[in-house]
Amino acid sequence: MRSNVDEYKLIAPANLTAVLQALASDPTLTPIAGGTELMVALSAGRLPQKNLLSINHLRELRFITTTPTDITIGSGTTFTDIRYSAVLASDFPLLVQAASWTGSIANQNRGTLGGNLVNGSPAADSPPALLAYDATVTLISATAGAGNIAHRTLPYRDFHLGYKKTVLAPNELLYSITLPRKFAGYHSYIRKVGTRNAQAISKVALAGLALVEENIVTDIRLGAASLRETPVRCTAAEQAVLSQSITPATIAAARAALSSEARPIDDIRSTARYRAAIAANLLEEFLHQLTQ
Amino acid sequence: MMTTIALTVNGQQTTVDAPPMKRLLDVLREDLHLTGAKEGCGEGECGSCSILMDRGDGNAELVNSCLIPVLQAEGATITTIEGVANQQHLHPIQQCFLEHGGAQCGICTPGMILATHHLLDKHPHPTLEQIQEGLAGNLCRCTGYMRIFEAVKDAATKTSKLTAHS
Repeated sequence: MRSNVDEYKLIAPANLTAVLQALASDPTLTPIAGGTELMVALSAGRLPQKNLLSINHLRELRFITTTPTDITIGSGTTFTDIRYSAVLASDFPLLVQAASWTGSIANQNRGTLGGNLVNGSPAADSPPALLAYDATVTLISATAGAGNIAHRTLPYRDFHLGYKKTVLAPNELLYSITLPRKFAGYHSYIRKVGTRNAQAISKVALAGLALVEENIVTDIRLGAASLRETPVRCTAAEQAVLSQSITPATIAAARAALSSEARPIDDIRSTARYRAAIAANLLEEFLHQLTQ
Repeated sequence: MMTTIALTVNGQQTTVDAPPMKRLLDVLREDLHLTGAKEGCGEGECGSCSILMDRGDGNAELVNSCLIPVLQAEGATITTIEGVANQQHLHPIQQCFLEHGGAQCGICTPGMILATHHLLDKHPHPTLEQIQEGLAGNLCRCTGYMRIFEAVKDAATKTSKLTAHS
């Protein structure tokens, strides 16, 4: 059942300041960037938000800036931009890998990192890598009629509140995502399990980073998709491995810990039982890699 | 509520009056009568609606026109399948699709050819894996893909830098 496009309003204020002013004056506005999520809903007659604000054209949101200590990605950066960034490929390869299996080339050209996060699906492709990399996010807003722009920065792991629900206030925009350049020497792993190599929403995905020194895991981070109602850090599994060496006992303990903290569901893509089993297998695959 | 959008399609500057949320696919087909782009899924999964769009930064990108509200095409330069051949002369990609049997019913073909064009622009000598990835967003129900891949491999040898003609 199609939507009636006449019922929808879409405006495109010329610059970021104007966009923030629009949001401040009318918090019922819903931003639309690349449209790879909202336009699907529109075509299916399932887009309740009728008052839309285009941010796709804002050059102020599309950037990748590098300092010696971190890299900041604008929320309007596309997956293609991420894939072609040499500095992201060298410092944050898991994010580049995740971008490469997001949708298809045509979707990667339009979809934005910000949209991937704000849409807030637990199956989204970029969150596991961002969680493993300790990303922080910066949100911006304006007050109606006033000139200044307010910023607030928080850890990305605090961004998602529940299924497709984030901390973003109605007058706020996600501005940027910052990644700390502190993972040289880490082992890295990411795997997405889905029905095809492209155009597949994950049944489960796991991103892992670990530092192994003299056979002991001195740091480990695990980011997962489709195991809870939001993307998650698997902290129980991390604790089971931290300060241990990788032995069959550690692997068994890690698998058990992951099963305890994962709460997968049955849905159109997969079952809870399959997801739980596969997630544990991905974790074991990562841990085995740490011994090589 | 209608809005007026100015854009360039297949080398021609044009304006359309449409609701801002009307899908670019529908504007191309209904307002501009360019029916080469097709709707196969309406959700950006099948690629039948693929076109090349430069939003003003000099980068022509493969995009699914079913997912673009026409307002976001303001000022864009667009190439549809109708803009690929040079009047009576088929583009090498089109010629190769013909010679290798890369088209049967033809529904996927406009999108496939534009996806191929985009691929060869980025990877003039693609490996099979790069071809598969470049075309992964374009579904074909007829050919089984093998002849399409052969057509793409052959097209890659015809010229290393391809440009669309209007």
